[in-house]
Amino acid sequence: MAKKEKTLKTQQPQEERIGVYVCHCGSNIAGMVDVEQVAHWAETRLKDRGVVVARDYKFMCSSLGQELIEKDIKEQKLNRVVVAACSPHLHEKTFRTATERAGLNPFMCEMVSIREQVSWVSTDKGEATMKSEAMISGGVERVRQNVPLEPLTVPINPATLVVGGGIAGIQSALEIADAGFHVYLVEREPSIGGHMAQFDKTFPTMDCAACILTPKMVQAGGHPNITLLTYSEVEHVDGFVGNFAVTIRKKARMVDTELCTGCGICQEKCPKKVVDDFYEAGLGYRKAIYTPFPQAVPRFPVMDIDNCIYFEKGTCKACEKFCPTEAIDFEQKDEIITVEVGNIILATGYDLFDARRITHYGYGRLANVFTSLEMERMCNAAGPTNGEVVLRDGKTKPQAVGILHCVGSRDRNYNNYCSVICCMQSLKFAHLVHERTGATVYNFYIDMRTPFKDYDEFYQRVLEEGTLFVRGKVAEVTDAARLPGEEGKLIIQVEDTLVGKQRRIPVDMVILSSGLEPRKDSKEVAKQFGISCSANGWFTEKHPKLDPVATMTEGIYIAGCAQGPKDIPASVVQGAAASARVLGKIEQKEVALEPIRASINEEQCSGCRICNDLCPFNAILFHEDLMVSEINPALCQGCGTCVAACPAGAISGTGFSNEQILAQIDGLLLLNVGEEKIPA
Amino acid sequence: MTEYLFYPGCSMESSAKAYLDSLMAIADPVGLKLKEIEDWNCCGATEYLGISLTPAYALISRNLALAAKQANGTKTVVAPCSACYLNLAKADFYMQERPKLGQMVNQALEAGGLSYKPGSLDVRHLLDVLIYDIGLETIKSKVVRPLEGLRVAPYLGCMVPRPDYEHRWSDPEYPVELDLLLEVLGAEVIDFPLKTHCCGGHMTQIGPETAFELIRRLISSADQYEADMMVTLCPMCQMNLDAYQGETNRFFGTDFNMPIVFFTQLMGLAFGLEAKDLGFGSELVSAKHALEKIGVELPPETQDVPARPRKKEGLPMPAPLPSTAPQLPKEDEA
Amino acid sequence: MTISPTIERPPATIPKQIEDLTLLEEVATRTAGVSRLEMCIQCGTCGGSCPSSADMDHTPRMLFAMLRAGMRQAALSSNTPWICVSCYHCVVRCPQNVHIADVMYTLKSMAIQAKLFKDSTAPDFSQTFVDMVEEYGRSFEFGLATRHYLKHFPLRLPGMAPMGLGLLSKKRMSITPSRIKNIKQLKNILKRAKELEANDHD
Repeated sequence: MAKKEKTLKTQQPQEERIGVYVCHCGSNIAGMVDVEQVAHWAETRLKDRGVVVARDYKFMCSSLGQELIEKDIKEQKLNRVVVAACSPHLHEKTFRTATERAGLNPFMCEMVSIREQVSWVSTDKGEATMKSEAMISGGVERVRQNVPLEPLTVPINPATLVVGGGIAGIQSALEIADAGFHVYLVEREPSIGGHMAQFDKTFPTMDCAACILTPKMVQAGGHPNITLLTYSEVEHVDGFVGNFAVTIRKKARMVDTELCTGCGICQEKCPKKVVDDFYEAGLGYRKAIYTPFPQAVPRFPVMDIDNCIYFEKGTCKACEKFCPTEAIDFEQKDEIITVEVGNIILATGYDLFDARRITHYGYGRLANVFTSLEMERMCNAAGPTNGEVVLRDGKTKPQAVGILHCVGSRDRNYNNYCSVICCMQSLKFAHLVHERTGATVYNFYIDMRTPFKDYDEFYQRVLEEGTLFVRGKVAEVTDAARLPGEEGKLIIQVEDTLVGKQRRIPVDMVILSSGLEPRKDSKEVAKQFGISCSANGWFTEKHPKLDPVATMTEGIYIAGCAQGPKDIPASVVQGAAASARVLGKIEQKEVALEPIRASINEEQCSGCRICNDLCPFNAILFHEDLMVSEINPALCQGCGTCVAACPAGAISGTGFSNEQILAQIDGLLLLNVGEEKIPA
Repeated sequence: MTEYLFYPGCSMESSAKAYLDSLMAIADPVGLKLKEIEDWNCCGATEYLGISLTPAYALISRNLALAAKQANGTKTVVAPCSACYLNLAKADFYMQERPKLGQMVNQALEAGGLSYKPGSLDVRHLLDVLIYDIGLETIKSKVVRPLEGLRVAPYLGCMVPRPDYEHRWSDPEYPVELDLLLEVLGAEVIDFPLKTHCCGGHMTQIGPETAFELIRRLISSADQYEADMMVTLCPMCQMNLDAYQGETNRFFGTDFNMPIVFFTQLMGLAFGLEAKDLGFGSELVSAKHALEKIGVELPPETQDVPARPRKKEGLPMPAPLPSTAPQLPKEDEA
Repeated sequence: MTISPTIERPPATIPKQIEDLTLLEEVATRTAGVSRLEMCIQCGTCGGSCPSSADMDHTPRMLFAMLRAGMRQAALSSNTPWICVSCYHCVVRCPQNVHIADVMYTLKSMAIQAKLFKDSTAPDFSQTFVDMVEEYGRSFEFGLATRHYLKHFPLRLPGMAPMGLGLLSKKRMSITPSRIKNIKQLKNILKRAKELEANDHD
C-alpha cells in the first residue's frame, strides 16, 4: 500500500482535467476491441484519476474527430488529452496539432496505440478489451506527469556541404549555388565527375556522357558560390543541424594550384607509367603525375607519390624541371581546414561489384572477359583503345560477343538485390558492339527490366539490330573446348530456358554487367556523419516511400546511388530534391527541434562518462573542470540510451522522464484503480 | 600431435587400395595420426539417399554416433573418400538445419542403442587436414625427391569442394589446395579448367553413355594441356577415369593413355618411398611411362613472381584477387 | 473442301493430367535440410551448369517448373533425377540457394514409391546396392556388379571382362563380401528408420 501511494504522487497541484478519446479506426480496432465499453470504463473507473470525459468515435484522425477534441478542450477546460488509436508514428502530430489549435500545449496530448499493440495482435475480444483499458489507464497516468514543453529553435547557417562530386552531388551543388547560397563541394578523387565521367554513352538516348556532364562540371568549377575541394576527404563532423563544423583534409597534390596553368607538360614528360586502376578501370595507363581525364575539373594534376620515382629513389623530378610556372612542390603537405555549414548532402555514389569473385565466369583468369566499366572505357573515344571494341590483345575485333546480365546481383551468393541499371546497360553495350563491329551479339538475361521513359523502346531498337537474346542466367564461361569449333574461343554454357536445352555458345569476348555495390567505406562514413546504413551498406533514408532523400538525422540528406542503385535521371532528381529540402531549411532561417530530449542532473552526475561513448549522436560533452557530463539539447534526439545506461540515474528525459514512465507502468498494471491483477 | 578419427569408406579396402596404402605410408612422416572408427559401416554412397530419407541418414549417422563415442579428446572425423566425406558432412549439417530430421534419425539410432548430437563432430576431408592442420611447410620439409619435370593435372572431382556448407575450401569451383600441395612436391601443375567437373559417378553402371562423355571431356582436356598424369583424391573418380578409360576409348574411338593416380601416392614418391609400397601398379592405365620422367635431372628454374604486365602488346589484365587460401611456403634462397 | 457443320467430331476428353498443387510442398518436406524450393526464379543456372543435362528428359529448371505446376505424373516419370550425377554445381551457383541436388534424391525416392520410373536400371541399381549394405554393412562391388549386369546389361558382360579381371588381378575387387561385426545393431536401426519414414508420410 505504501509503495503504491509513493509512485502515484502527483506533481502538479492543479486539478487534472483529462479527456480520453477511443478511436474505432473503422473495424481495425472496433473489430477486436469493444470500444464503447473501453470509453465507458475510462469515464467511470478513471474518474478519480482526472478523466472528465471519455468518447469513442469512428475515425479520430478525421477533421470531425479532431474537432471533438478541440471542442472538449475549450468547453470542458481540459488540460490533458489521451487518444487511444493507431501508432503515434502516424498521427501523434495530427492530435498534437489539434490540441495546439485549441489553445493547449501540444505536449499535453499523449497517444496510446490500441491498434498495432492490441487489436492487430490479439485473437480474443475479451482479452483485447481488457488490454485496451489497461493501456488507456497507463496513458492517463503518464499524461498526469506531462509538463508543457516548447520546441528549441536554432539558427541555420546558410552554407551547405555536399560530399561527393558525381552527377548527384554536382546537381545538388548547382541548385543551391544558383539559388544564391554557398556550397562546399568535397570530392576525394582529383576531379569531380564521378562514375558518369567514365562512361561512353548513356541510355536510352545514346547521349555522350562526357558531353552532357562536362558543362555541369565546368559550371560547378567556375560558380562563384561553389568552393570546390577536390582530392579532399572529410575527417570529422561536429555539431548539429544548422551548425555543423566539418574538418576536411585537403590531400597534397604536390602541385601549387595558384601557379599551375593546367598545361599538361608535366604529364607528358613524366617517365613513370602505371596501370590506371581507377579511371581507366585497369584497362589503360597513366603517369605518376596525372589528371584523370582531359576534361577534369579542376584541371590541376595530382602526383601519385606511391608510384613516383622521386619518392621511391630520389631521382627524376622531370615534372619540376619542365614546369613553366614552377608549380611542382615536392614538399607540399596535406592541409586541414574546417568549414561551417548548416546542412550536409551525402552523394558518395557506388562501387562496382568485383567480378573476380565469381570464379566460374573467368574474369581475371580468361583474357577476354571484361567488366562493364572496362567496356565503358573501351568504347569511350578518349579511352585506351580510342573507342575501338577489341580483344585483350588490343587489336583483334571480336566476331561474336556475349553480354551477361545479373552478374553479382539478384544472387544470394553475392548481392541479393537488383542493381537496376544493368539490363539497360547491357542493351546499350549490345547496341555499341553492333555499331562498332560486325559481331554477332548475344544477351543473356533472366528478366528484362526496362521500366522508364523510352527504355522499352530502346529494347525494341536493340532487337531490330539483330541482337540474339537468350533467357538464361549463364552457368559458366570457359575456355575448355569440348566440341569442334570451340577451340580458341570462350564458351558460354547456359540453359536457354525458353527452349529448355543447355547450349554451349562460342564467342570471342564476354562482357559482364557487374552489379552496383555500396562504397567499401560506407559504414565508416555513415558513422562519421551520424546516419544509419543498411546491412548492405546503402545509406538509410527516412522513409523508403515518402522521404527518400532525408535521413533520421536532422540536417543530413542523401542523394544518388549512395542511397541505392539507380540510373542517372533518378540521381539527378534526388540531388535536386535534397537541394530543395536544404533550401527550404535555409529559407526558414531557423529550425525548431523536438523538445523530447535527455538532460543530466549535474548534482547527481558522478562523472563516470559511461554515457559519453554510448550516445549515437555524439551529443554528450564532458566538462573536465566540473567533472560532469552535459547533453547538447540541439544534438540530442531523445533516443533514451543514456537514460537507461546511467548507473546513478542522473539522466532523465523531457517527454520520457522517470516519473512519466513509472506512472505509465503503474497505470498499465491497474494499480491506480486498486486492482493488482495484470491483464492478459 | 592430434589424433583424428578415421573413416576409410568401403572403396579404400578394395578398389582404391592404392589410396589406403599410400595414405598409411605418408601418415607417419607428416605426423598424421589416424584412429579408425571401430565397426564403421558403409555410408550408402549416392545410392541410399535416392531410396528413402530417414534410413539413408540413419545409416550415415551410425558412423557419426560410433565416432562420437570413440572420440577421445578429438572431435574431427577425417574421410578420404569424397562421397563418404560429403555424406557425413551433409548429414551433420542437415540435421542441424532441420531439427526434425535430427530427431527422427536419433529415434532410429536409439533402436541400436546409439545417439548422435548434430554438430558435435567436425567432418573434414583428408586434403583439408593436410593443408590446414599439418601445413604445407611440414609437407615440404619431407620432400627429398622433388617431382620435377612431371606435368600433373590436379583433379578434385565435384563432391569435395561442393557444396561446402562449412566453408573449408578456398573456392567451390577453382580451389587451389590440391594445386598448392602438388607444387610443394615439386611437380609442374597445369591450370586445369575442369578440375572440379564431374567424372560421372555411378553413371558408369547406370547410364554408361552419359558417363563416358563426362570421362572423355576430362581426359581430353588434360591431354590438351599435355599433362603426364591426372592426380585425384576420390576413389570413384580414379575408378571411372582409370578403369573405364578403355571402354571410353572404345566408345569414342579415341586412344587416351592417361594414368590416374592418388595425390597421396605422389606424396609418397616425393618423400622418397618405394613406388611398390604406394600402390603403383594397381592402376589399369599404367603410370610407368610418366614415372620414368621423375628420374630426370632438370635445371631448376628461378621463379619470379610476375608483376602486372606492363606495356607489352594489348591491354592489361586485372590483378588476381587476394586469396584467403594458404600461401606457398617461401622458397629458400638458392 | 468446305467444312460441313454436321461433321462427326470425337467427344471431348477430360484431360488425364490433374494438377496437384500440393506437390511442391510435399517435395520440400521430404528433402533433407531446408530445400528453399519455393524460391526458384527459373533463371536456368542449374540447367546451364548440369554436365549431364543433354541426356535428361527435362533440365533441372524445367523439372522444378513442373513441380510448381503440380504435374506430379510427368515430373516423377522424368528421367532427370536418375541422370543427375550429384556434382553440386547447381547448388553452389543457384542465386536463390535452392538445394537442387538434394531435391533430386527426394524425387528419386518418390518415383520409386509411386512405381513411376521409366528407366528401370537406375533404381534397381540403387536397390541392389542398398540390399548388399543392409546384408553386410559394407558395399560389395563384385556382387553388385555381377547381379546388376546379369540383370540389365548381360550383353556387356563379355566386354567388361578385361576390366573386371584387371581389377580382380590387381586385388582391387574382392569376390567375397566383407562384413561388419554388429550387423544386428545396424539392422535394428534401419528397421526403425523405415518405420519412422513410413509413419511420417501417412
